[in-house]
Amino acid sequence: MGAETWRRFRRHKLALAGALILAVIALAVLFGPLLWRVPINEIDFPAKLQGTSWRHPLGTDDLGQDLLSRMLYGGRISLAVGLAAMLIAVVVGTAMGALAGISRGSVDAALMWITDLFLSLPQLPLLLLIIYLFRDSLKMLVGPEVGVFILIVIVIGGFRWMPVARLVRAQFLSLREKEFVEAARALGATTWRTVWRHILPNSLGPVIVAGTIDVAAAIIAESTLSFLGLGFPPDIPTWGRILFDAKDYLDVAPHWAVIPGAAIFLTVLSINYIGDGLRDALDPRKVM
Amino acid sequence: MSERKLRDLIAEVKRGCVSRRRFIQTMVGLGLTAPLASQMLTYSGVAQAQPKSTYKPTKRGGGGALKCLWWQGATLLNPHFAVGTKDQEGSRIFYEPLAGWDHEGNLVPMLAAEAPSLQNGGLSRDGLSVTWKLKKNVQWHDGKPFTADDVVFNWEYAADPATASVWIGSYKDVKAEKLDSHTVKVTFPKPTPYWADAFVGTRGMIIPKHLFEAYKGGKSRDAPANLKPVGTGPYKFTDFKPGDMVRGEINTAYHEPNRPYFDSIEMKGGGDAVSAARAVLQTGEFDYAWNIQVEDEILLRMEKGGKGRAEITPGGNIEHMQLNSTDPWTEVDGERASVKTKHPILSDTAVRRALGMLVDRASVQEHIYGRTGVATANFLNNPERFRSKNTKWEFNVDKAAQTLEAAGWKRGPDGIRVKDGKKLKFVFQTSINAPRQKTQAIVKQACQKAGIDLELKAVTSAVFFSSDVANPDTYPKFYCDLQMYTTTMTQPDPELFMDQFCSWQASTKENKWQGRNITRWKSDDYDKAYRAAEGELDPVKRAALFIRMNELAVEDQAVIPVVYRPRVAAISSKLQAPLSGWDNDFWNLRDWYRDA
Repeated sequence: MGAETWRRFRRHKLALAGALILAVIALAVLFGPLLWRVPINEIDFPAKLQGTSWRHPLGTDDLGQDLLSRMLYGGRISLAVGLAAMLIAVVVGTAMGALAGISRGSVDAALMWITDLFLSLPQLPLLLLIIYLFRDSLKMLVGPEVGVFILIVIVIGGFRWMPVARLVRAQFLSLREKEFVEAARALGATTWRTVWRHILPNSLGPVIVAGTIDVAAAIIAESTLSFLGLGFPPDIPTWGRILFDAKDYLDVAPHWAVIPGAAIFLTVLSINYIGDGLRDALDPRKVM
Repeated sequence: MSERKLRDLIAEVKRGCVSRRRFIQTMVGLGLTAPLASQMLTYSGVAQAQPKSTYKPTKRGGGGALKCLWWQGATLLNPHFAVGTKDQEGSRIFYEPLAGWDHEGNLVPMLAAEAPSLQNGGLSRDGLSVTWKLKKNVQWHDGKPFTADDVVFNWEYAADPATASVWIGSYKDVKAEKLDSHTVKVTFPKPTPYWADAFVGTRGMIIPKHLFEAYKGGKSRDAPANLKPVGTGPYKFTDFKPGDMVRGEINTAYHEPNRPYFDSIEMKGGGDAVSAARAVLQTGEFDYAWNIQVEDEILLRMEKGGKGRAEITPGGNIEHMQLNSTDPWTEVDGERASVKTKHPILSDTAVRRALGMLVDRASVQEHIYGRTGVATANFLNNPERFRSKNTKWEFNVDKAAQTLEAAGWKRGPDGIRVKDGKKLKFVFQTSINAPRQKTQAIVKQACQKAGIDLELKAVTSAVFFSSDVANPDTYPKFYCDLQMYTTTMTQPDPELFMDQFCSWQASTKENKWQGRNITRWKSDDYDKAYRAAEGELDPVKRAALFIRMNELAVEDQAVIPVVYRPRVAAISSKLQAPLSGWDNDFWNLRDWYRDA
């Protein structure tokens, strides 16, 4: 199945390009800091707001800090937050949606109530509450950066699973009545097996697309939290924060804002295309 | 500077060896306010400088419309209910006090005929009373004459708790009586060094008796004149939309000759600081914009157009770092940072001293605040052109490291210093504001080099500056090791300002964190000096006490002053507007004019 999927995925040129770009970004943030050893917080006023140069390949910000090392460091956090939050949202959402879709009746109704409940919660006040309640205790437990990371991932993931759950449930409701599922059931497959082998793979398409959108939303949500002072400490340069800091200087130092903006844009776009390609590749009904 | 040296200096001013201006500069350099310095001279018999007006127009009116932009619009126009500066300024267009403060701290008579002094008999030697002579031939906008009855009425009005005037503190303990139709005597219950409080400046605008008499006390908020002011000022009221627009037209019967210059005035509210600055400096749609808190680099770029300039006015506001004297990480009797505790690390003088040497104020000024923030060693204000050579600050990472080393703080394997198992690690919080985050970064870097680990925290301003008792992140709670913000000086006398280091003012759970001593710093010497200054009648002795208090707090590093922040206004290039850091922006609106 792997070789077949890869063959189908390769046919999607944009997805291939997206995978390539994402791989480059991922490798850069993973190994870049080992090669480019300029500290992220070295203040150098004479060099402030400079454009590209050999010393600072991506230029500097208004404190003269090297943007390349900040981008590499921040990319680790932004990508990790995005992927981890996406994973939580997709796993929780798929589980809830699948359970609701397959069980029908009162369980379905109850689960959908919960989903509606979560959808109707005012997110920002709740976020503030959760962060105030647990920030300090988590900080004590695992340190400020990891603590905030866990909190943000859980909070963002925990608030983005509802659309996924609804999508999955809708897919389940329609797929479970399809002939191939009936055939499987007639052959004596257990409910578990029908779900796992027959319905889930067929309903994965929209989930993957929703998941890729979630990555982007999580990266943005992280910068929103930083903006409110609830995210990472202000000296941790996540992509969202670099962009936020740069916005007032857009006319004098456009590179400062363009670089993190482009990084977020490229990442999100690549992930979206990869999702697109994956859906095509995984969709058993599509002939390629 | 000791009391004797002060006296010698005043004697020299008297003889004319030292200029009056030079004396005030020196005093301000020592951390005193200009009004206080000026008061010292008046008390010692040096005549107050006659503040010269630079007003040039030779006839009244003809100046067209004056368009001002207040990015927070006035919401009501009774000066007695004006909490925020926006309301004070809106009222100041129409109402005047007996006297206002100019930029050097001189008392400028408005409705008074002259500023009271010992020489003219206005001040009493015992400090128990001050007599104001009022200007004759002043008319309210509706044609009724202005007399001593109006002044006395304002005292009754404000002193009545049922009226709920925001300035009740200035009026409740004093007594005002009418001596004749144009003389009012204000008596104090105890010798009062700072007598120019009631009827002066922001808190002294006089409202007419004949319109407000029926609305004294509980009915004060129902007066129709609260929204339709009738004053004595240079402009008459025409129109008011709360939060949006205040309009006035020329008062042709104004009591000063050839004034005012403009035919009408418009004070528009709304927007934000950057767009307000842009409307004056870049597009030229407006003549004046108030309080533009914009980074200097952005201001400089806007000024290049030549349509206007940013006017920097020295006042008393200071951006400073506070060091917590109590332990914010241990809970005692249900409150963190209880006054019963001592900070485990910051109580070490060497650590505090090292921190003081790790704040690179020069860089903060040069690269972040520019003209809008001046590096200073004093907690009490310090305008740039008055900067004293006596007070010092230094930025020296090596010396800070040595100080720590000598005190037994040795570097651990991760580069962070340790002593007795305690790591040199602090949480440093401030509000979210780009210049503040940059300052945090600068301090953090220097600390890292010296072996101190700072964890930075930024709290959204709405939370940080709120008085929400339930929220742990507000500045009065100060639940962390270091914090930074600007403390504002709302009146020219330092007495109210300097109470923020008195031990009885400590911010605690008991007073719902309303106390003004946020650092909970405690010094018996300071308390004693403050108590002495409260009752000290001799302005010279009193000044010496305030200088001493400033030194006590700064030398013990209860706070680390960072930059002094003057007021910034945007003014179109032709507008002439005398501003003062000790009074409202509109304090001398009558002298505003446009160059031809």
